[in-house]
Amino acid sequence: MENRILLSHGGGGEETQKLIKNLFFKYFSNPILEKMEDAAVLNTNSKIAFTTDSFTISPIFFKGGDIGKLSIAGTVNDIAMMGAKPRFLSCSFIIEEGFPFEDLEKIVKSMSEEMKKTEVKIVTGDTKVVPKGSVDKIFINTTGIGEIIYDGISASNLEEGDIILVSGSIGDHGACIMAQREDIEMESEISSDCASLWPLVKDLINSGVKIKAMRDPTRGGLSAVLNEWANQSKIGIEIEEEKIPIKDEVQGLCELLGLEAYTLANEGKLVLVVPKGEEEKALDIMLKSPLGKDSQIIGKVISDYKGKVILKSSYGTRRIMEPPAGELLPRIC
Amino acid sequence: MSPIDYIKDFRDSKRIKALAKLIQNEVDRPINIMEVCGGHTHTIMKYGLKQLLPDEIDFIHGPGCPVCIMPKERIDHAITLAQDENNILATLGDMIRVPGSKSSLQKERAKGKNIKVVYAPFDALKLAKDNPTKNIIYFAIGFETTTPMTAALIDKVLKENIKNIYFHINHVLVPPPIKAIMDSKEAIIDAFIGPSHVSVIAGAKIYQEIVDLYKTPVVVAGFEPLDILESILWIIRQFKENRREVEIQYSRAVTWEGNIKAQQLINKYMQPRENFRWRGIGDIPYSALKLKDDYAEIDAEKVFLDILPNEAIDDHKLCICGDILKGTAKPYDCKVFGTACTPQNPLGSCMVSSEGACAAYYKYGKVKLVKEV
Repeated sequence: MENRILLSHGGGGEETQKLIKNLFFKYFSNPILEKMEDAAVLNTNSKIAFTTDSFTISPIFFKGGDIGKLSIAGTVNDIAMMGAKPRFLSCSFIIEEGFPFEDLEKIVKSMSEEMKKTEVKIVTGDTKVVPKGSVDKIFINTTGIGEIIYDGISASNLEEGDIILVSGSIGDHGACIMAQREDIEMESEISSDCASLWPLVKDLINSGVKIKAMRDPTRGGLSAVLNEWANQSKIGIEIEEEKIPIKDEVQGLCELLGLEAYTLANEGKLVLVVPKGEEEKALDIMLKSPLGKDSQIIGKVISDYKGKVILKSSYGTRRIMEPPAGELLPRIC
Repeated sequence: MSPIDYIKDFRDSKRIKALAKLIQNEVDRPINIMEVCGGHTHTIMKYGLKQLLPDEIDFIHGPGCPVCIMPKERIDHAITLAQDENNILATLGDMIRVPGSKSSLQKERAKGKNIKVVYAPFDALKLAKDNPTKNIIYFAIGFETTTPMTAALIDKVLKENIKNIYFHINHVLVPPPIKAIMDSKEAIIDAFIGPSHVSVIAGAKIYQEIVDLYKTPVVVAGFEPLDILESILWIIRQFKENRREVEIQYSRAVTWEGNIKAQQLINKYMQPRENFRWRGIGDIPYSALKLKDDYAEIDAEKVFLDILPNEAIDDHKLCICGDILKGTAKPYDCKVFGTACTPQNPLGSCMVSSEGACAAYYKYGKVKLVKEV
């Protein structure tokens, strides 16, 4: 049992200290964390963005990432979407008794590698181990603080004429997870797009492009983001269906299961709103970044259909892009 | 020749526009077309095909969605079977959301009952092997399309002598409800678009009787927008040329005879049920299948007979799903459409399944209504 997580690893005693020092410090080390005070003391000189998220996913290791990478990228992205440079993270593990130590190390290593991409640091953390069956393998909570570099980004900012861009193919993460779940057992090459978006956001900010709204379309996908914006800004949004980038394999899976790619989760894409006239410059910056090489202008803000998202087909018909609702269930026939 | 891309080529905008134009040019009389299958309703709404078509063409949505037509008492059977902690109830897709008389499988699952959504009937085998001390009850649903997979599972279970799987058979057939709707004379239907996947299994031959009896053209159509538009054009041409025939638009996979091997497998284990009550429509004789008596030992309806409720339960009184399934009403005619009845909280079954007419209208069809707000 030595290579498995035991209840005693979360007990606060010697085993906990060993776990912290031998595993977490090995990968997360930085002067603030290593002080091991009750709370981290931080220096920030500007307005901050503050966010938290909990990560549970099955399977915990998937093509393109794992729960660790996701727990860093997810929180870093939430900070970055507010125009803030990610600085500090907290990290809490809730681990099921008996979880393989080797898997925990893989997760922690992956978190450390993801943090290097944005120079964000874990400065405080917590570990709980719960009896077998109380959680599904491992849950991770990360809370993040970032310094606002570009102020004023908001879901309420959209106005008629604004242009909407997306940084690449949508639905990759959701499709990857769905294809890899045990009960589908589908042979698939679809890989999650899990990535920290701060480098792309930094490029956009540094280029001087005016950013009105920005979101990473995670759960609920592109559809959830656009519908939320339409509601918050009390405007209509018109999207050109054929401009939405979707990978063939993702579309294929959606066809098979009767799902829409724009309701599937992404973990390394952003949707951006810029004022009219700024879109080409923004697209140019995005296309130059490895994180945005398949970027597209997908639509615009309109005065009709307030609170709704309209999907325009290439043959001239229009329909509503509904916000996603309920459990994603596969079609029957 | 480059390979056909089954997604892009059948949604190609130039071809869609060209076909819509041909239809506009050739139509010379009003035609009410019933698309029997919810999958077709979904395509019509999703691609906004009605917006491309002349007013002469009207769609009447048919009863072909296995979720929409499932009566409450059958859902109650599934819920009852799931109450025993020795049982694991397995079923496909959004069947779990359909309201029974008091609850749904989804709500029962949240209460801790052992209910599994499987992606294919064969997933029940894995459940049986992983849970040797439990009874796996496969709540089998669907039209001719999904029946062969259930039959193949039964075949495997019997051949491998697996003792902990039981079958609750709710497989239904396409032609009997069409005949029931036509015989009631309540809906005015001039022609039918038949679902291609049903005929991949059962053949196009199943519709000859419909053409003979009611003199209505039937075109067996695929599910892409181009398939549906082409089928409409064929229907228009049948009327212009004074023909009434079964035609196979989806010749990529449909033959007149269908998949004989699959039909044989189904006939080996199942036979028509004397009666099946369709949600909203009522009793239709020989419109569904049941296990043959020889297989009583795996028939959940017989094995668990003592605990299964047996009364017929009507739909919510405000719900007009029955009229929609019979082709005499459209979702917008319903007073509770989009208000008390939504996909998140469906009162009627047509709002539950993504293939239901109400769900398709709710999801894709509100463009005009929204503009007026």
